Amino acid sequence: MPLDNIVFWVFAPISVASAFAMLTRRNAVHAALFLVVNLFTIAVMFLLLDAPFLFAVQIIVYAGAIMVLFLFVIMLLGVDGDEKVRDRLIGQRAMAVILGTGFVLEIFFAVRAGIGFGLRAPAGFDQVNAGGNTQALATSLFTSYFFPFEVTSVLLIVAAVAAMVLAQRKAKAVTQAEAAAAAPLTPEEVLTP
Amino acid sequence: MRTPIAYFIMLSGILFAMGTVGVLIRKNALLIFMSVELQLNAVNLALVAFSRMHNRLDGQVLAFFSMVVAAAEVVVGLAIIVSVYRRRQSINVDDARTLRW
Repeated sequence: MPLDNIVFWVFAPISVASAFAMLTRRNAVHAALFLVVNLFTIAVMFLLLDAPFLFAVQIIVYAGAIMVLFLFVIMLLGVDGDEKVRDRLIGQRAMAVILGTGFVLEIFFAVRAGIGFGLRAPAGFDQVNAGGNTQALATSLFTSYFFPFEVTSVLLIVAAVAAMVLAQRKAKAVTQAEAAAAAPLTPEEVLTP
Repeated sequence: MRTPIAYFIMLSGILFAMGTVGVLIRKNALLIFMSVELQLNAVNLALVAFSRMHNRLDGQVLAFFSMVVAAAEVVVGLAIIVSVYRRRQSINVDDARTLRW
């Protein structure tokens, strides 16, 4: 059994199991930690698919930045595991699970009919990645995908500003008269410089 | 002698379906959001697998862009959740179903 097959069959069950655990945990912190495990296993899959740059980005951006943001918000809001169990729609859970299973079956048959389960990755990816995966990606990013790349930077700025605007506390404007009425100064306070 | 591409696609499909189920059954807005992240990651995996299958880098570039968009989306989404929590002291999505006051 070749090594990448072994790695796949070790990490794919971990991936599915951690996703399942994430869905079933009541506690939001536990769910977030299981999601981190899942993101790491997907990073390993990227490595198997000859995408070492995306492997690094996945760990740095997802498991690093995004999950820290998630955990930060969970801690900030003090979310306890108190989730209401009662469904508003009758049988929502059962329907969701049935439809999800149907979706997996659909993908299975689509993949079997489309590319088949025997198709291996073709050789010759080394030539595409000539000079290194990161260099090849950078060449692609700064030539054919240059405009989307620049638009992305605008998107990030807009997102940062939007987050600040959305999350700020609305400060009420206070006039000097109101401030004086709220806490009138004693004559000594007025006189001392 | 490598792992067949279809296995990666299947794993991606399973993770996507689990993310969908998570979005449908959870009531906590944060957990719904995490399930959306799971879906995004599953699609990234499919993109990279197709990129490998076609021996082209475009799939990886698209996955890179999707990661950047996901980061932006998380920032805005979490800010919305914080602001909803401030208003009604709850992030249960059933409580916030009117979209008004």
